[in-house]
This record gives sequence, structure tokens and C-alpha cells, in this order.
Amino acid sequence: MGLVDFFKKIEPDKKKSPVLHTFYDAVYTFALAPDSTTGPKGTQIKDGMDLKRLMVHVVIAMQLCYLFGTYNIGHQHYTAAGQYMGFIEGFHLKLAHGLILMLPIFLVTHVVGLGIEIIFAAKKGHAVEEGFLVSGALIPLIMPPDIPLWILAVAVAFAVILGKEAFGGTGMNIWNVALLARVFVFFAYPTTISGDTVWVSGFDGLAEGTSATYGWGHDIFNTIFGWMGLDGFDAAKTAVVDGYTGATPLALAYQGGWEGATAVYSPGQMFWGAIPGSIGETSKPLIIIGALFLLITKIASWRIMLSMLIGGIVGAMVLNGWGATPFMEVPWYNQFLMGSFFFAMAFMATDPVTAASTNTGKWWYGFLIGFIGMIIRVINPAYPEGWMLAILFMNTFAPLIDHYVLQSNITKRLKRA
Amino acid sequence: MKPLHSSFKITVALLFSSQLSFAAADSSPNYLLYSLIGAGIIALIYAIISLADNMMQIEAKNLGADTSENDYSMFPSFSSLFKPKAGDHVDPKRLVALKQGHDIKLVGGADAGKTIANTAQHYAIKPTNFRGMAPIPKISAVAGDHVKAGDALMFDKSNPDVIYAAPVSGEVIEIKRGAKRAITEVIIKADSEVTFKENTVPNLESTSREDIVKFLLETGGWAHLNQRPFDVVPSQEVIPKNIFVSTFATGPNAHDLNTIVNGSEAAFQKGLDALSKLTEGQVYLGLDGRKGHSSHSAFSEATGVVANYFAGKHPAGNVGIQIHHTAPINSGDVVWTLRVEDVIILGRLFMTGAYDTRTKIALTGAEVTNGYVDTFLGASVGELIGPNLKNDHVRVISGDVLSGDPIPADGYLNQKTSQISVLAEGDNHELFGWLLPLKPRPSVSPTFPTYIMPSHEFEVDTNTHGEKRAFVVTGAYEKVLPMDIFPQHLMKAILANDFENMEGLGILELSEEDLALCEFICPSKSPLQSILRDGLDTMRDQM
Repeated sequence: MGLVDFFKKIEPDKKKSPVLHTFYDAVYTFALAPDSTTGPKGTQIKDGMDLKRLMVHVVIAMQLCYLFGTYNIGHQHYTAAGQYMGFIEGFHLKLAHGLILMLPIFLVTHVVGLGIEIIFAAKKGHAVEEGFLVSGALIPLIMPPDIPLWILAVAVAFAVILGKEAFGGTGMNIWNVALLARVFVFFAYPTTISGDTVWVSGFDGLAEGTSATYGWGHDIFNTIFGWMGLDGFDAAKTAVVDGYTGATPLALAYQGGWEGATAVYSPGQMFWGAIPGSIGETSKPLIIIGALFLLITKIASWRIMLSMLIGGIVGAMVLNGWGATPFMEVPWYNQFLMGSFFFAMAFMATDPVTAASTNTGKWWYGFLIGFIGMIIRVINPAYPEGWMLAILFMNTFAPLIDHYVLQSNITKRLKRA
Repeated sequence: MKPLHSSFKITVALLFSSQLSFAAADSSPNYLLYSLIGAGIIALIYAIISLADNMMQIEAKNLGADTSENDYSMFPSFSSLFKPKAGDHVDPKRLVALKQGHDIKLVGGADAGKTIANTAQHYAIKPTNFRGMAPIPKISAVAGDHVKAGDALMFDKSNPDVIYAAPVSGEVIEIKRGAKRAITEVIIKADSEVTFKENTVPNLESTSREDIVKFLLETGGWAHLNQRPFDVVPSQEVIPKNIFVSTFATGPNAHDLNTIVNGSEAAFQKGLDALSKLTEGQVYLGLDGRKGHSSHSAFSEATGVVANYFAGKHPAGNVGIQIHHTAPINSGDVVWTLRVEDVIILGRLFMTGAYDTRTKIALTGAEVTNGYVDTFLGASVGELIGPNLKNDHVRVISGDVLSGDPIPADGYLNQKTSQISVLAEGDNHELFGWLLPLKPRPSVSPTFPTYIMPSHEFEVDTNTHGEKRAFVVTGAYEKVLPMDIFPQHLMKAILANDFENMEGLGILELSEEDLALCEFICPSKSPLQSILRDGLDTMRDQM
């Protein structure tokens, strides 16, 4: 085992540099499954499943969203400029532009989040827990593409320190860490994450005729594309076209109902996800593939997903019946084509730590997220989407739901006696 | 009226208009609408069929032709769809089908036909096998004494009436002590021909309960009783509400109790007769109702007992699970549980007066020759498996791999087990082993390809496959514990020392073996059995 010897050789001193040792330990156990055996008490064999394997499967489920989301950043950028309107036209430019924005977001999230995790783990003297594998993969997907990196860093630090470590680390947090990062940006820096102009990248505002702003990353790609004889980024030629607003289908539907939304985006576009929005939440089929992956591998709770879908449908039908505003009159099944319902359902509500922990509780938890989320989306005047707030709200109430489920079990046992 | 009206409008529009949905879409076919209409038609047809089906059932019931719930239905009842199938030998009225659970299939099951010679010469009695005893028992023999099988070897200081008897006759050669001078083993070198202490057998029909209790206390039979809750040797002052015996084991590579009872049918029935004298309630037998399995006639035709069939995966054979589904333990209740082997030993006591601990032990696991050994309780494991071992970097377990105890190579069998498991040690690293394991390993997770091969037999080792973490996943334990209990919340209540919730959430109904499967599947590698034992010990101190 040459690799084991190599790791033993580079092992830093645990006392002198605890943080470095914690980092080393995380890398070591990531590369080599530990050689620990079962103890003198308890089961003598263990299931092959551990938290690393579990969490990484959630990350795998998001990979299609990553691919599509990255490409869609570029696609929306050129759509605003009225160039390369076909989805795969200008493929290399769209992908390069997406990568230029996506990579820093991903890196900042992980450097800040994992850095804090490692420091806290070193302080507490235990190994780095795997929770941030998922949170760190989720955060980039729910941010607008143009998010200033320092705001992202502050938000991630807030979510990890106050949302997770303050409660005792992975498994102890009350609120979904990824959503806390987003809700922090939402309340502390609302202009970077709401309104019509934030969902399209590469322009300084979306006023008519605004030229694209490109950085050194684009220059590097321009050089490469130049060698290959492909078109490059050209800020002078790329400007926002007349009449383009960048508004998301939800914002349009809030004003003009389903007709308002379909005037700009076709239902097909909304379904496949070639629309502006947070990076990873636009493409419904790819999210549903991820959700099915999580269901087939039995990693996410089907109870939460199903009950949230039912809750959303019921909520939308109730609003249909009320019908006081154009948004309320959007047919219930079309509500699911807009916004990030499926992303929230597949990846956010199903977080086992913050969801209700009893099976009965999960039905209530999911249903109420779906129902309340739909109401927030449609009625809330400030912001036409509801899942983030609904999930955080129900995270808060999940322990209460569980409490009642457990009490009923206790009462049943007492009555039997 | 307006809301009602407009929702009606939408529903009607949904069904009959192709204009509404995707109104702005181009003229492509409206799949959503068609699929909704299709689903509606299917639902309507289903409704008509199930209505007719229900009427058939009602008619059958009215005519008295229906014997059970769904004999006259076209469909299996919804809940029975997910329940395991029972074997043909099972009386459906006495069947408890358990949905939750998981069978761990391992290489190295013992074949009933294969007998291995008994090579053990030393036997021991281990005070640690009898929970509830004061830490240092009083030893009534000294090294060098010759004892007969059934002679008292030690007493519990807190309850000196209960004697713990020698499993074989021979010379006491050593009294081993462990940490804090606690006695760990009293070792006997067996005679070549075992002789028994003679006891006068009471007549079961005419003797009072007190005298039967006295007989059991004096002959060593009492130590074979086990009290739930807490899994301790019971007090002779308390009359148990019921007595439970499970007649099949479902653990990994479990020993076959049909094989063990073979030849001791009369003793088993005698033991049951004695037990029914000792309780105010019933003696309950749990019979094997699984498809493809059978129940020995000694079990299925036993008299004076209430027998129920249990079908399902492990832990359906655990007596704790069976108690939960027949007459659950409530606060303040005391029940006894016995293994089939213990009932047989008691039966022999009442038949011949001899404390005869002869039993069959299954040698299981990939690293040892598999088969059954005819031996006595407390046999030296080293001597038993020595000639049959295939490898020397192994772990030897007295019991099954889930709830058995690892014992050193020169150790002795635990009193309450009929199985020895021998596995390879798993103290090796694996490159990205958590993500891309090279060797198949048992798991309940569909992320492993072997999930689709439920009959695959795994060659396991003792690797933990991960490190200990906080509780993260929820709802996983419930899938393998067929009880109305919330294991994770109970564990948290125990860790928080919350007595009220511990009791309320059912700690008194549980024993370590019932939670063993939960501990096995736990992705956070939490030591559930140890936590439960801590909780049970604190509960017992409080009482």
C-alpha cells in the first residue's frame, strides 16, 4: 500500500497544527476508506453505507443542474443581447461565459464553507463532517449568476457559523444551511437577488443598449477561441436589445397572469429551463431526473416530495378558486412550470436534518411547505416566489410536528397499559 | 359561490378544452391535457371495477361464504400487498406478517446435515452472561474441586437463592478474574464421561408453584430464565405476566432451531408444561411462518401454549418483536423469555432430574468449517473451532454477527447462544472505498448494485465502512424495526437522560438484539445497542 505509506509520511503534527491535521484527516479519509474495525460491543459488521457515500449521492443528483445551469448563464446573457438565439448556437461562448461566472462562485462557496468547517472541527477535536458536501453544492445553484463574490462569502460564513456550527455542527442545525445563505443575501442585500435585472449576467443593468462587461477571464477564452478560429466575446457588439426586461416568468405572471408570462416565454421554454433565474433551478426535467435518482436510491424521503407536491397542487387550486388577481388565476398545473418548486422539493425540503424526522411528521411537513409556499408565491407583494421562506418556516416548526407525533405514540402506549 | 363556480369552470375547462392549457403554445399536441384525460379514464374504470368488487365481497359476507377478509376480492388488500408472503403451512388466522426488516445473507451458513466432532475439553461459566447479578458473585467451588454437572458453582450475592450450576462434570481448574477483580470465568476441565448431580423430580401435576420455583432455584434451572424488560435473571418473588419462546432465529446465518429440537421433542414439551405452571398468563410460542421455511412438529403441535406464526425478514424471529405483536410489555409488566435450548434443559430437569446442558452449536461464517457440534453449554471456543479454522486473522463471535459478543481465541461460549460466527478482520484501507467499493458488502441501500440481488451471499469482514457521525438520516431505522417505536427519538431521549420519554417511547419493550439491525444499517455508525443498554441500566436503577 504505497498510498497509505505516503499519507503516513506527510501527516502533520496533531498538537502543533490542529487545523492542518484536521484538513489532512479529511483528505486522508476521503481518499482511503479507514481501516477501523467494529468494537467489542455492538454489531460486528456494518452496512457499507456511510455519510460520505450518502451525501455524495445527493451531489451526484445535482450534476445535471450544474451542467445546464452553467450553460444557461451564457445562454441568457446572449438572449439579452439578441445574439445566438438558438439554444445551442454559440455553444462555446455560452459555456465559457457560464464557466467564468460559475467557477468563482463554486470556489468561494467551498473555500469559505469548508474552511470554517475545518477550523471548527479542529477546535472541537473531531473529524470534518460531511454535511457541507451537500450544502456547498446547493448554494451555487440557488444564487443569481452575477452575485458579488464578497456577498456570497459573507452569506456562506453566516450560514455555516450561525446556522450550523452555533447549533453544534452537522446533524444539529435547525434551518437548512443552503437556504440560510440565500435568505441572508435576500434580506441583507436585496438588490442583488430580487428584481428583474439580477438574473441575467454580464450587463451592468438591463437598460436598452447597455454593453456587456467582460473581464480577464473572457480575454483568456478569446485568445483560445482565436487560435481555434471561433467567434470570441465582443463587448462592443453585445448590447441589450430593445424591449428586453430580464423578468422571470413569475414576475411576469405576477403582473399579467399566465398570459403575461406566456407572452414572453413559451411553456416549453419554462419547462426545459431556458429562462432567467437562479443558476440551477430553471430546468424542470433535469431536476426531476435528480429527484428520481434520489428516490430510487432511497436517499431522499418520497413522503416529503409527494406531500409537498400535493400541498402545492392544493394551494394552487385554492388560489385558482379565489381568483382575485391575475396571478391567482394562473391554472394550478401551470404554476409548476414557473419558479423553483421542483428544485425546492427535490433538494431543499428533503434535507433530513431540518425536516420532520417522523414518517407521519414528514407528510405534514411536506404538505405545509407546498401549501404555504404556493400562498407566499402568489400573495406576497414583494417577491414572487415562496419556497425558500416556506421551507425555512417549516424547518422551524418541524420539531413541533415531531413532538405531536411522538406524543401520540406515548399516549398510545400509556392507554394500552 | 364565486370560488366554487370558478374552480368548477377550471375543471370543466380542463377536461373539455384544448385551448386553456398551453394556450400560447404552438399547435403541438397537448400532452398534459391528454395525459390528464387518460388518467381520469383509468381512474373511472378502476372506480367501477372496485365498486363491483366491493359488492361481491359484501354479498359473499352476507351469504357467509367469506372466511377471511379478501377471499372473494379480485385484488389483494392494500396493506397485504406490502407484507411478506407466509408459507403454506401457516394458519392465516394466527399469522403476524411483518413488513419491516432486512435479511443479511452471508457466506457460511451451517448445514443441518453436517456434524462436526466435539473437540472441546474445557467448559466455563461466565458471570457476565447473567445480567442483574452483583458484580462479584460468590464462588462456591475452589480450583481443584471435582464437580458434577448441576453442582452449584456460584451464587449471586444480591440474591443467594439463585445458584449457577456447572454445565459439565469435571475438575474446576481456574477461577479467572478481570478488571476490578470481577470474576470473568470459572473453568472446568470436563470428565470424559459427564456425570450429573441427582435431583428428586417433582410431579408437575401435583406440585405447587412455590415448590417448582424452589426446584428450579436449587438445580440451576432458574438461571435459564430471562426477564423482560432489562434482560436479567428474574427475581423469584415476581410472577411473570406471560412467558414467550421464539422457535426460529432469523439473524445472519442463524442456527436452525428445528435441527436443535430434533431428538429433544419430549423434553421441549415437558419444559413448556413446567413453564405454564409458573405464569399467571400464557406461554406464547412464536412459530416460523416464513415462506420456504417450516416449523418442527415439536413447535407447531406443542400443547398448553398459544402459538402464533410470524412471517417476515429479520428480526421477525426475535422474541422482543413477537412480544410486541402478541401481548406487549406495558409499564410495570414483567414477562419471561426463554430460548428453545433453555426450555429443553428445563424439560430434561423435570424428566430425569439431571441438569443436562447438552446442546447443538452451529459453526458459521466464511472462515470456519460450517456445521453443527454436539457439545455442552460454555464450551471452549478455541478447542471447538481450532481444527476447523481456515485462517488466523479472524474475529470469533459467540452469537450472530449483529448482537453476539466477540471473544478471544481462548475464550468460552456465552451461555445464551447457539452459534459461533467467524469472520475475517477488516482492518485494511480501501482506496475510495466509500464511493467505489471493490468488494461487495451487505447493505440496505440501493446505491449498491447488489441491492437488486437479494439472495446474494456476502463475504463480510469487520470493517466499519465509515466513521462515527451525528444522527443525520431519519426514517431509516423504522424500515428495519417491525415495532411501533421511534428508535432515533428513543436514542435521543436516552442520551438526554429523559426518563419520562424513554419509558413513553417504549424502551421497556426493547432489548439490544432488537435494535441490532438498526445499528448495522446506521449510516452515522451510532452504537445503538450500547446506548440502549445504558438507558435500560439507568431505568433499572430508578426502579
